[in-house]
Amino acid sequence: MATSKKTGGSAKKPAKKAAPKKSAAKTGVKTTATDETVAAADTTTHAAVAAGVPHENVDPAGGEVRRRDFINIAAVSFAGVGGAVVVLPLISQMSASADVMALASVEVDVSAIMPGQAIKTTWRKQPVFIRNLLPAEVAQAKASDKDPMPDPQTLDERTLPGHENWLVTLGVCTHLGCVPTGAAQGEVKGDYGGYFCPCHGSHYDLAGRIRKGPAPSNLEVPKYSFLSDTVIQIG
Amino acid sequence: MVRFVGVLVGLFFAGMLILALGNTIYLAIAEPAEPVAEYEFHKSPRDVSFSQDGPFGTFERGQLQRGLKVFKEVCAACHGLNQIAFRNFEDLGYDEGQIKALAAEFQVPSINPDTGEPATRDGLPADKWPDPYANEVAARAANNNALPPDLSLITKARKNGTAYVYSLLAGYTSQEGFKNKDGELLLEKFPDVKTPDGLYFNPYFANLNIAMAPQLSDGQITYDDGAPNTMEDMSKDVAAFLAWTAEPKMEVRKQIGWAALLFLLVFTVLAYLSYRNIWADKKH
Amino acid sequence: MSFPWAKQYEPKSPLTQWVDERLPLPRLVYNAVGAGYPVPRNLNYFWNFGVLAGVALTIQIVTGIVLAMHYYASIDGAFNSVEHIMRNVNSGWLIRYAHMNGASFFFIVVYIHMFRGLFYGSYKAPREMVWLLGVVIFLLMMATAFLGYVLPWGQMSFWGAQVITGFFSAIPLVGEPLRQWLLGGFAPDQATLNRFFSLHYLLPFVIAGVIILHIWALHIPGSSNPTGVSVKKEEDTVPFHPYYTAKDGFGLGIFLIGFVAITFFLPNLLGHADNYIPANALSTPAHIVPEWYFWPFYAILRAFTVDFGIPFTSIVFIDAKLMGVLAMFSAVLVFFFLPWLDTSPVRSGHYRPMFRKFFWFGLIPCIIVLGACGVMPATTFWLILAQISGAYYFAHFLIILPLISRIEKPLPLPGSITESVLAKHPEDRNNPDGVSAPGNLASA
Repeated sequence: MATSKKTGGSAKKPAKKAAPKKSAAKTGVKTTATDETVAAADTTTHAAVAAGVPHENVDPAGGEVRRRDFINIAAVSFAGVGGAVVVLPLISQMSASADVMALASVEVDVSAIMPGQAIKTTWRKQPVFIRNLLPAEVAQAKASDKDPMPDPQTLDERTLPGHENWLVTLGVCTHLGCVPTGAAQGEVKGDYGGYFCPCHGSHYDLAGRIRKGPAPSNLEVPKYSFLSDTVIQIG
Repeated sequence: MVRFVGVLVGLFFAGMLILALGNTIYLAIAEPAEPVAEYEFHKSPRDVSFSQDGPFGTFERGQLQRGLKVFKEVCAACHGLNQIAFRNFEDLGYDEGQIKALAAEFQVPSINPDTGEPATRDGLPADKWPDPYANEVAARAANNNALPPDLSLITKARKNGTAYVYSLLAGYTSQEGFKNKDGELLLEKFPDVKTPDGLYFNPYFANLNIAMAPQLSDGQITYDDGAPNTMEDMSKDVAAFLAWTAEPKMEVRKQIGWAALLFLLVFTVLAYLSYRNIWADKKH
Repeated sequence: MSFPWAKQYEPKSPLTQWVDERLPLPRLVYNAVGAGYPVPRNLNYFWNFGVLAGVALTIQIVTGIVLAMHYYASIDGAFNSVEHIMRNVNSGWLIRYAHMNGASFFFIVVYIHMFRGLFYGSYKAPREMVWLLGVVIFLLMMATAFLGYVLPWGQMSFWGAQVITGFFSAIPLVGEPLRQWLLGGFAPDQATLNRFFSLHYLLPFVIAGVIILHIWALHIPGSSNPTGVSVKKEEDTVPFHPYYTAKDGFGLGIFLIGFVAITFFLPNLLGHADNYIPANALSTPAHIVPEWYFWPFYAILRAFTVDFGIPFTSIVFIDAKLMGVLAMFSAVLVFFFLPWLDTSPVRSGHYRPMFRKFFWFGLIPCIIVLGACGVMPATTFWLILAQISGAYYFAHFLIILPLISRIEKPLPLPGSITESVLAKHPEDRNNPDGVSAPGNLASA
């Protein structure tokens, strides 16, 4: 059916006849009318073919970008950019929301903590120990700065200059995450007078440094600063 | 078979509806519906424009701050704002220090750390605006059995909400001599709608009589920026403020909307040209 | 796929060949939406809406899954969790508004898609299965939309749930126990909210599965076309890719412009203000109305105001409330029977002058009027309109259409699609190049 219509048409337009021959020659395969490429359908290509002028659309095997395909590529690229932009909010919505970020830092009034006392508070949903070291305790902590320990650190490295009596650490044992004792009155302070983790027996000293037991590193010191002499901002 | 049953079902439903139609017409004539005061005398919100109206509209920070002042000094005594946290007021142009100070003026529920009893503590920026009453029962007890609604979303919870809030606050009027647009006197036509004791007449309220007394009067609050403080101005300012509390993200929404629309316009043009390009040789 | 001249899939790279030999997915895609699916060349823009419906479903699933990361299905917390999404979650407002308005756009697109089917006789043989699966999809969409609307637990959420589940109590004998079983209690409460959330998450994936069957069933006979005349030869068709991928891309742009305009500039236009009030079981809203896409069905429900029984006695066979419920469901169920109600051998409304008149001057106005009645209070004026329009609705599908198919004299059909296209371009009669050349595009 298609073939008869084709020959009917090509009888009227000589250029059409040239196209089948050309593609047949190109592919070297006996092509029927139904196997023709779009070249035959394109009227400008017809003219080019009839004139024997090479036209980029005539060469389907050519690798170069055809001028008329530029608009297609442009449209698809635009869609791609749009698609990428749409993905951004879908990913960012999983990050911490504004109310969580608002609690990213917390202010603590430490005026009620007497030297030798400590309090437990929370920051980012984790326990924090704030300890006011006695001068004797500060000296003792400094004295053991050079002692062998799993995670050597000096007291100065773990406190703020001018506030070396204030020990602010996370209350999370670095072994497997239990909350050590020692911050509150009467709690076991371990062999080094600091904190003791009852889960697997880690002992922390007066600078929160691991001295004995399975914990690999010292109690983490969060980022904190003194907003005033009596108010600490953690985080 | 299907068509046979179908015709029967169709005749049944259509027939019952025609009967119902007859019944409705009969009732309309024999027992015409009583006119209702609320339909005939209720006023739609006034025409008013705010800076945030329209696809390009933005909030006016000064107005929002004034509205906050009105809300805090007048409305907050009875109405909550529980979707707003103090830190949100950064949007209004306040800095961290001002927000901390504002938050600290409020007491938020807390627990006594020594005894465990319920207590209160000073507010922090991260806290939400505390409710004026502990629960609904307390709210009703203090307000003649009326429940002052939380106002965070009020402008989205009412049709034409921002204009409605403004009209309501500024629209208290005397019931004597109140006429609708046909010139009928309310109290003549519906003597039952006479405002009972404890309620106040307000034609912008759906039921015409509202439990809230008029709250604003000229010069009641002095604005820090010296802006006009007539009752009309204060009503508008607090309405604008409540439009912000209902949707703090409105400005970002419109900005991104324009960006998206522009992008899509360009894309659609490109897509159209690509479509024409591909179909150029195909008659269809 | 079903036409002998359809192009065969040829793997373009070693990788795609490796995959295709082990799992013929590339081949499947090629034959479904690629260059291997011949489609009539004369499709108009009404044929864009199937793809747009798929896009709308994708938008809903993606935004929905993301919302579910933040939503909290508790009667105390649900409303606040939605506000949390709007205010605190990064871009949460955008995702929520997109999901909320995406539902409306999904229905707009599907309704146009259905009206295309009604006008062009797409439900007729051999595509009855496509149509039936489509009605199933529509029912699932209605269920999903209803369940989703309850989740924010606003006033309309709660009272809408109360009203819709109340329908079931209209069923004699088992109605009330059934209602309580659905609710998990006596009124919409925590149990209801939890199960509605679970089902709302589930159903879209069921919809996606039925859509696969729907497209599969379509690809057996291939797409219909505005003339309703079947494809006879290769010139009648063009390969889906790139011709209809390009046209669908353009259609997508238009759709997204509308979607973005509403979502970003009028996000609450199609919603109801009362849903920004937290649900209160003790306070009924003045006017309970469902979302706009349910308005015509709501109008039909409320239009039945007389019982069916023996007049002048108190014997009632079917009371008005039950009749309303049955009629409302029947209004959707009639679609199932359409292929057997409308038996005209002519598919397209273009060639059916009597059918066309009833379609444009009967069915469409009737549905619009029913929609208007659905949102207004059921006062005398609107009730009268609803009763007239409702009567016409049932008469149209169950009495008029079967009658028309018997007595109508259709216009003469074109011999083929190609003939109809050529008739539109008489200047090209002598240059049939664009028409008679086969539709094989070598891809770039």
